[in-house]
Amino acid sequence: MTSPYVLATLLFYAASLALYIWNLREPSRAAGIGATSCLVAGLALHYLALLARSRMIHAVPYDDLFGSLSLFAWLLAATYLCLEAIHRRRAVGPFVLPIVLGVFLLAHLPEARPVKAPPAQGPLFAFHVTLNILAYSAFALSFVLSIIFLVQNRRLRSRKLGVVGWRFPALEVLEQMARSSVVIGCASLAAGMTAGLIWAHRLEGRYWDGDPKVIITVLIFLIYVGYTYLSRTAAWRGARASALCIFNFLFVIFSYSIVNRYLSHFHRYF
Amino acid sequence: MEIVLIGLNHRTASVDLRERVAFTPEQAREAAEQLRSRGILEELLVLSTCNRSELYGVPCEDASDSAGAVELFLASFHQITANELNGSLYRHRDSQAVRHLFRIAAGLDSMLLGESEILGQVRDAYQIALDRGETGPVLNRMFQSALEVGKRVRNETQLGARPVSVAFAGVKLAERIFGKLHNHRALIVGAGATSEQAVRHLCDRGVKQLRILNRTPEHAVDLAARFGGEVVPWENLAAALDWPDLVVTSISADEPILTRSIVERAMAARGNRALLLIDLGVPRNVAADVRDLYNTYLYNIDDLTEIVEQNKKARVAEIPRAEAIIDEQVEKFLHWQAGVAAGAVLGDLRQKLAAEREAFVQERLASMPNLSEQERAQFAAMLQEFLDRVVLTPAERMRGIPELRRKLQNFEAIRDLFHLDREKP
Repeated sequence: MTSPYVLATLLFYAASLALYIWNLREPSRAAGIGATSCLVAGLALHYLALLARSRMIHAVPYDDLFGSLSLFAWLLAATYLCLEAIHRRRAVGPFVLPIVLGVFLLAHLPEARPVKAPPAQGPLFAFHVTLNILAYSAFALSFVLSIIFLVQNRRLRSRKLGVVGWRFPALEVLEQMARSSVVIGCASLAAGMTAGLIWAHRLEGRYWDGDPKVIITVLIFLIYVGYTYLSRTAAWRGARASALCIFNFLFVIFSYSIVNRYLSHFHRYF
Repeated sequence: MEIVLIGLNHRTASVDLRERVAFTPEQAREAAEQLRSRGILEELLVLSTCNRSELYGVPCEDASDSAGAVELFLASFHQITANELNGSLYRHRDSQAVRHLFRIAAGLDSMLLGESEILGQVRDAYQIALDRGETGPVLNRMFQSALEVGKRVRNETQLGARPVSVAFAGVKLAERIFGKLHNHRALIVGAGATSEQAVRHLCDRGVKQLRILNRTPEHAVDLAARFGGEVVPWENLAAALDWPDLVVTSISADEPILTRSIVERAMAARGNRALLLIDLGVPRNVAADVRDLYNTYLYNIDDLTEIVEQNKKARVAEIPRAEAIIDEQVEKFLHWQAGVAAGAVLGDLRQKLAAEREAFVQERLASMPNLSEQERAQFAAMLQEFLDRVVLTPAERMRGIPELRRKLQNFEAIRDLFHLDREKP
């Protein structure tokens, strides 16, 4: 973790988190603008850190678990920034930035080392990996939004909104944001899987070689599509849909960790 | 560039007196015309609301005791004796007047601390006066700064953020659940004063789809006509619950009119879309066990009162931050004012020195008839250069003095030293 870009990114992400928390507790224009500005700066430096890593290992920066974690953090921060720009709300920032910061730290603790290049790369592979990681980021965002929804919903139903509760986005907005994130995630996952299958066919002459990763990814896609449908139905809309979204994310974590590490022979890091 | 403010408000005058001293828009126009034509004020603005009537003005240059003249005018215009007004009027000048206005714009001088309606009233009063040409550079700057103060206080503090009336608290809760209310529907059960207040707040917050029920249909029709809603027959109360996102009830009834079974049926019919019930009735209009239903949110008057009390305390805690913004903006305004005054002094000084130089040159060169035109011009130019170097350039440098009081004192000293006021054409 000695690259200056990494240290600078860490600094800006940490500053952004501090300012988001300050803005939530005591809203002020300066704190809000400062938080967003630090996040933008952090994103730019993070991108440079990814580039530097890529040059150091002579491969794409997501060529190992740590690289893919770093990309995940970058995409999560970028997706959140887009959401903030659309909805003009910063109250969710204090809950997303810790994940960005934590994953970034995890990704950069060990030193990056040169690895043997995989059998084939090219743009199709790059799309496959990037889109899948974007999907995970979008699902992670929907996970955070769903937790906030449930907490806020409980407060509203128990009539104990508290000081901070007035500053969160409305429940309906949180629900829409979560659903939007899931839609982005599903679209990315579908496109990423398709790119992966085509790439695998070009490499090995067949679309699937029995890798469990593909099965779990299809399952994740289906359960999130299911969530998107169910969240609009009478029985599930509201708190139940949010709980489902949180439950679904457990599968993403399972896929990213257990499946990658122990079950998949090819997908070790994404 | 003096500023005067004469007025009365809910703290200094009874509602009867305030009513008598209030200005309609036509009266405000007439008062402005008279005050200007009589040479009392060259710039003025009338701010008249249900809680205050105030005249802001910049006196004409040769007017003496403009504040006294405005007071007398106020009394005669509204046909009130000076004695009646005497104990209720307040008078502010310059920085005090500026601070007073900024506190009003920030909502610190309102009956309901932090209320936002006053900022709109200040804006409207300024716009009217501006359109009629009644303001000038000083009041323009002052009122633009006041609007900036109001905006900053609302954006940078929590002074106006949280509701402090029960009906408004209900509406703000609706925004916590549904977000912006433009595309949401409200059902009002009851057509009394409380319901009207709730409807007013809802309409202010953007609700366009409104249905009203009342046991006395005429009252519902009247309320609907005033706020643009539809009337639903009282008998259709249960069925009407399928439609709205938000229900506000405020009727007199011994037993709840909305029981759990009625609401449960409605939730099934409306596909479990979130429903907020604001029960402002005493005794309660909505059964307490309704809050156990999925996707329903029920708040009664006690719940809202508790929220309002918490919010009032929170607003009071924000006063120091609001005052800090006001201090900053007052200082900024006074610096601007000093800069303008400095500019005026320097302008007068230049004029005066130019006139003196011309007279001096004419006088001295009269006794030197042999000098050529070029030499005369050179002499005049040298004298001007001397004056620039010794007087004007040092005077200009005083603009840059950061300490406001010293800057003003220095420029006043220049005015006295060179008698700039006495010989103005």
